[in-house]
Amino acid sequence: MTQAGPAIHEIQDSLPGHRVVLRDGADITLESGATLGPVTVAYQTWGTLNDDRSNVVLICHALTGDQYAVGTHPITEKGGWWESMVGPGKPIDTDRFFVICPNCLGGCMGTTGPAAVNPKTDELYGTNFPVITIRDMVNAQVMLMDELGIEKILCVVGGSMGGMQVLEWAARHPERVESAVCIAGAARHSAQNIAFHEVGRQAIMADPDWCNGLYYKEGKRPESGLSVARMAAHITYLSEPALWRKFGRSLQDRFNKSYGFGADFQVESYLRHQGSTFVNRFDANAYLYITRAMDYFDLETEFDGDLANAWKDTPVRFLLVSFTSDWLFPTSESKEVVRSLNRAGANVSFVEIESDKGHDAFLLDEPDLFATAGGFIDSVAREAGI
Amino acid sequence: MSLLSGARDRFILGENAFGLRPDLGLVASMIEPESRLLDVGCDDGALLEYLVKQQGCDGRGMEISQAGVNACVARGLPVVQGDADRHLVDYPDDSFDYVILSHTMQAVHHPRDVLGQLLRIADTAIVSILNYGHWRARMSMVTRGRMPHTRTLSTPWFETANIRPCTVRDFLDLTRMLGIRVGRAYGISKGTEVALIKPSYEGQSNLFAEQAVFELFRPEAPKKRRGKARG
Repeated sequence: MTQAGPAIHEIQDSLPGHRVVLRDGADITLESGATLGPVTVAYQTWGTLNDDRSNVVLICHALTGDQYAVGTHPITEKGGWWESMVGPGKPIDTDRFFVICPNCLGGCMGTTGPAAVNPKTDELYGTNFPVITIRDMVNAQVMLMDELGIEKILCVVGGSMGGMQVLEWAARHPERVESAVCIAGAARHSAQNIAFHEVGRQAIMADPDWCNGLYYKEGKRPESGLSVARMAAHITYLSEPALWRKFGRSLQDRFNKSYGFGADFQVESYLRHQGSTFVNRFDANAYLYITRAMDYFDLETEFDGDLANAWKDTPVRFLLVSFTSDWLFPTSESKEVVRSLNRAGANVSFVEIESDKGHDAFLLDEPDLFATAGGFIDSVAREAGI
Repeated sequence: MSLLSGARDRFILGENAFGLRPDLGLVASMIEPESRLLDVGCDDGALLEYLVKQQGCDGRGMEISQAGVNACVARGLPVVQGDADRHLVDYPDDSFDYVILSHTMQAVHHPRDVLGQLLRIADTAIVSILNYGHWRARMSMVTRGRMPHTRTLSTPWFETANIRPCTVRDFLDLTRMLGIRVGRAYGISKGTEVALIKPSYEGQSNLFAEQAVFELFRPEAPKKRRGKARG
């Protein structure tokens, strides 16, 4: 595959938006015990912080998401990934709330990650970057809130990996969270999901251009590996009915089968396109690290085998949303969380939305998602006098 | 013909300040303020909102419909999408002081199991039913040879969610069979006319009540009767 644009690590620093160095550049201790520092967090904001700093909505992005939830993306030049949910008059109303979306720790859009330069060595981290976890990502967000002088967040919201972070926030920092919205999330990554991630990682690491993770130095990028990883993952974000509706068995730009291995089928062409555009905006090592963080996530085990322990006496109001056709983060995972919240006597709402769009439904036009999440956030805000 | 002949304890449900449907007002009056409760089949959350916001209850809801859940969540009520047959098992024993099941019993697949679950997660259940023993329902069968089609039973048989129609007598038989103690019991007719259901005139209640509300206690833990309904 040919290089279609500058590598992420070359343009990271020039991406628009805010940057903050956490704790004056001090080292941060990670869940693994390793230390990392200085840590920079890149983030975007929308709306205005009110005088008592009580109208903050924190958005946690998914695996391949970033801080550009709204507005033109600086690399793809397409709209943000959550335009449907965030904006003036939208469920996350930027006329009313101060919305913050940080790039996660380990990411590749300006926050410290494997594609960033280690200021201590002036070298790119690559695979010298320490393995991070969902807890580390959330801890970095906690420190970001500290830097911004925000004590309490009105609502932490996220889908997929963002939903994991939402649960981590509520479990570890209940005093700083008024409400939590976990969409298509889970309290732990399933064996099947770990397996899919492993396929993606192996695809990247099998690419000779990966160069044991130090491809930056070689002026290379494991594009075909990352692209295959994205293709495999993309299938898990959709559902068979959604794929069928979109492509069926239609052939791509041809009337007859080619009897070869070109992209005969539209669905193949679509996946190849997904793969090849992804490599322009995402770093392969970041993909390794972030998928690993998701795999390690298991709140139940962290709380002595009973998730209800995570919510003991929690003051946080919860909303969980799942989608019927999501087989990556299926309803059963959300229900497990709901059951544990019930066991803990927590204030929880839950809805399973009818949709055939699979896991990706949380990013798409789902009126019931907007109605439920919008209603929930509105009620939390009204109670807080916002 | 309106009220139970021979009934001594009867009253009319007044308008309530919060616009609650009168029969829900009656249910609400049977709940102690500031108690912990679960409203199963809470619909749009009207009763739950009253209990939470006016009575200071710590209330939760369960509702099967998307529209109902959305309405509840927008009112700021904690409501979980689920149905009585499958999802009551998710709640631990003694999670609540009260569990409410209004106009839902006739729509569940396993009424007996549901009753058991209700009295597992709370020690008092407030259950309201539509009474298929009402004389109009009976007339519909006897004179027209058709399934009941009345004010309170207005959905045609092929569309109704009521898959377990029962009468006041049927319901009370089931409570006896399960050893469930019945506390206060009211028959409601014409939406607002209430009469106590007592063992001595169960048959009459069965004939004249369009719907009925029962306070149910666990078999093993006798409970003190609470005060008269506030109507």
